[in-house]
Amino acid sequence: MPVVKSRPVWGRLAPSPFARRHLVFCEVAGLGAVERAFAGTDSIRQRTSLNLIVPPDFAPARSERLDALGFEAVHEFPSVETVLVRLRVSLSQAAMGTLLYLAGGEAFLDQATCLAEACGVAGDGVQTEHCGSTGRRVQCVHCKGMMADVTMSPVVCDHCGLHLTVRDHYSRRLGAFQGVCADAEAPGVLPEPTRIDA
Amino acid sequence: MSGETIAVRVVAAEAITPTIKRLRMVARDGARLPPYSAGSHTVLTMASGERVIRNAYSLLGSTLAGGAYEVAVLRAPRSRGGSAFVHDHVGEGHELTLSVPINLFPLNRRARHHVLVAGGIGITPIGAMADELAKVNASFELHYAVRNEARGAFCGDLAGRYGERVRLYVSERQERLHVHDILMRQPLGTHLYVCGPEGMIGNVLADARALGWPETSLHAERFLAAAGGAPFALRLAKSGVATTVGEDQTLLEAIEAAGIEAPFSCRGGVCGECELPVVSADGEIDHRDHYLSAEEKAAGCKIMPCVSRLRGRELVLDL
Amino acid sequence: MTIPFKTETFRDDFTFSNSEAAIRRFPFPFDRDAYMYAVNIEQHMPGPAKSATEFPIDIDEHYVAEMADRDLVLKADPLRCQSLPHMMTAEWDLLELLMTSMARDYPEHFSLERSGREWHWINRPLGIDQRFTFEDPATLPLSPMEYITRQCQGDFCLLDQRDDNLWMDAGIVTTQADWSLDFDLGMNFIEWHGPVPLAHEIGVFERALKFLLNLQQGRPVRRLNWTMTINPRLDTSPENYHRWGIDRTTVTPDNVGDKVHLRVELQALWRLPRSNAIVFSIRCYLIKMRELVTQPKWARRLHRVLRDLPGELADYKGLTNYRETTVAWLSKYDDGAPTSPGFHPD
Repeated sequence: MPVVKSRPVWGRLAPSPFARRHLVFCEVAGLGAVERAFAGTDSIRQRTSLNLIVPPDFAPARSERLDALGFEAVHEFPSVETVLVRLRVSLSQAAMGTLLYLAGGEAFLDQATCLAEACGVAGDGVQTEHCGSTGRRVQCVHCKGMMADVTMSPVVCDHCGLHLTVRDHYSRRLGAFQGVCADAEAPGVLPEPTRIDA
Repeated sequence: MSGETIAVRVVAAEAITPTIKRLRMVARDGARLPPYSAGSHTVLTMASGERVIRNAYSLLGSTLAGGAYEVAVLRAPRSRGGSAFVHDHVGEGHELTLSVPINLFPLNRRARHHVLVAGGIGITPIGAMADELAKVNASFELHYAVRNEARGAFCGDLAGRYGERVRLYVSERQERLHVHDILMRQPLGTHLYVCGPEGMIGNVLADARALGWPETSLHAERFLAAAGGAPFALRLAKSGVATTVGEDQTLLEAIEAAGIEAPFSCRGGVCGECELPVVSADGEIDHRDHYLSAEEKAAGCKIMPCVSRLRGRELVLDL
Repeated sequence: MTIPFKTETFRDDFTFSNSEAAIRRFPFPFDRDAYMYAVNIEQHMPGPAKSATEFPIDIDEHYVAEMADRDLVLKADPLRCQSLPHMMTAEWDLLELLMTSMARDYPEHFSLERSGREWHWINRPLGIDQRFTFEDPATLPLSPMEYITRQCQGDFCLLDQRDDNLWMDAGIVTTQADWSLDFDLGMNFIEWHGPVPLAHEIGVFERALKFLLNLQQGRPVRRLNWTMTINPRLDTSPENYHRWGIDRTTVTPDNVGDKVHLRVELQALWRLPRSNAIVFSIRCYLIKMRELVTQPKWARRLHRVLRDLPGELADYKGLTNYRETTVAWLSKYDDGAPTSPGFHPD
């Protein structure tokens, strides 16, 4: 397998003592990474706000955990879509010196980093850490439909129904891998399914 | 000569301050000079008797559409000849050769807002940036620090053109440029550009980093005025040439004076074009460029002859 | 000299063919009997008279038909032409480059009069007469990039230079060898070359990027790239792969000569003056095997190149399905005689 340079490389959260504000957006799966990264940095925690995706069916008893973080503010959102709305607003109002931290599954990181990039926040202005779901976001190149949490290739497109091979080619602007018709040269003959989330 | 060149004639030479001379140049064959982007520089080739002097200067932005190029040349206190030659000998009608414009200090066009900071003669690329940003209606502010208004080139011009977007800081009037305060209140997605004396650039960048600005948002014109140093012997292994690099001469100039063609572009230690392989060094290489990494400098296998030199007896290059 | 423009199609009934003159000027990409990926970049200097590189922008007998095909592609899929907002200056730079080159080198077909910012452009083959104000987009019916590239053969990408990298932030791509502008838009140089096998390992792209970051105004460079296409189809996009991919299974020993095409891209790069962007043009040339073997040296050489191509490269270029059939067909034209060095036919 050749090294493919377009695959996103996620990092490890490490709060910068120089940043004046810290904006954290994460999924529940990323909470552990946030706890680890922000442990023992009181002065930073007092300048940190957390925006957490908590699905409605998620068990309660988490409030102690959130209180223990000692952040300036904690906001909860029911879905990725709703937290992304807040992310857009936060970035448009923030000042230089604000650092963005993202933690969660691949599909969440894909969408959040591509939104941040569209707002001019990229490179060393954003830190990421991958936790939880390893399913990938895939765009069907034929109908342009997006699918979240794809774990196998080929996969049937949710939108147009074609069988897609997931190419190891990633677009940061779209936050997705490319899915291309798997049986164009031999209709009905599909390659062996393989996991792509490993 | 490396790259495309343009033969020009000086059509106006004006002292705009006691130490800054502005040259306006047009193509000798009457052709339109190519347009360029803000932050571009050109390398001027001047013949001073036997000696050929080549210096890089930022192109001013005020003549984008005029078919002429302008540069502003500060008389350097310890000039190795270039700026003194311009001040003492270059006037109307003088013929020079220019490189095509090259941009090593470009604007980031995706920025939400641009903060431009200039000190002294550093206004030349920064003023061009203001021109270009104003033209495309981009959001910017310009902070310009000068010793006194008479010595600050372009003060009146800039204020007239950009109004409240320009702040002037005159040190003789005890006006201080507090970069820290300026950087405190910028929207996320802002980019910072600074050009001026080395010390000023260092301070501005240090302030920005201390306030949590990411590296990718920081841009500085790191042009070095090539300085001299102790003379040393030079041998070019492939060409079989042996010569001496004089104390007022750069290594690149000594190579050129020996009649050997060597590649170059910025002549300021930035672009990497003139990189040469070192065969041996009897002494310590004095790396002064901003191009080679710390590891490359430590390894001592490469040198940027436009600014770097040897502290020692003899340098042998694979050229 | 007036170019006789052909009426022909690149889809459905595929009436495309090359005249004898077009065969002779075909930019054959192999200068030896083997192929390996390399940084084969050279100065984009004027080539011999009548060759594909005689002028910086090459207009040939397929011009009018190619522009009609481009219009069909854009009508079906507007995402083939996109530009991020910060690329407007580069779009004007591109318009100036193309209009001045075409008018200077093909004065019988195109003319440009400039009076300050007031420009007058005439394109006779396409029947266009346009007065407009340079750098005022309101005076053109389309954005500057789309306007001029609907009148110029080749795909065009505009690369913004920042953070010591090149970013594909605008382009028009309708004659591509299986890559998607919509997907690659916004990628940097290393990212959009992601899927090429073998090349990353030998550091080709890092070296090419370093070279291009220092590309100078007035010193354009070029390289040739190649693949093969079944039927003379210009628009082999991933978007439509589910429609054209099946063509690759239709090659038989009897139809190789007409169906299998060598597809050569003359890629050229220019530094643009106002924007400091780079324009990357990808000009596609097609030649049928039957046309190619009229030049004995090319026939021998292509046979040897295809026969010895590493499997990964054949897969990447999509040749696997029909390579064997094509090599067998070409072998009839290879008597084993040595070939002369260089690209040109003997």
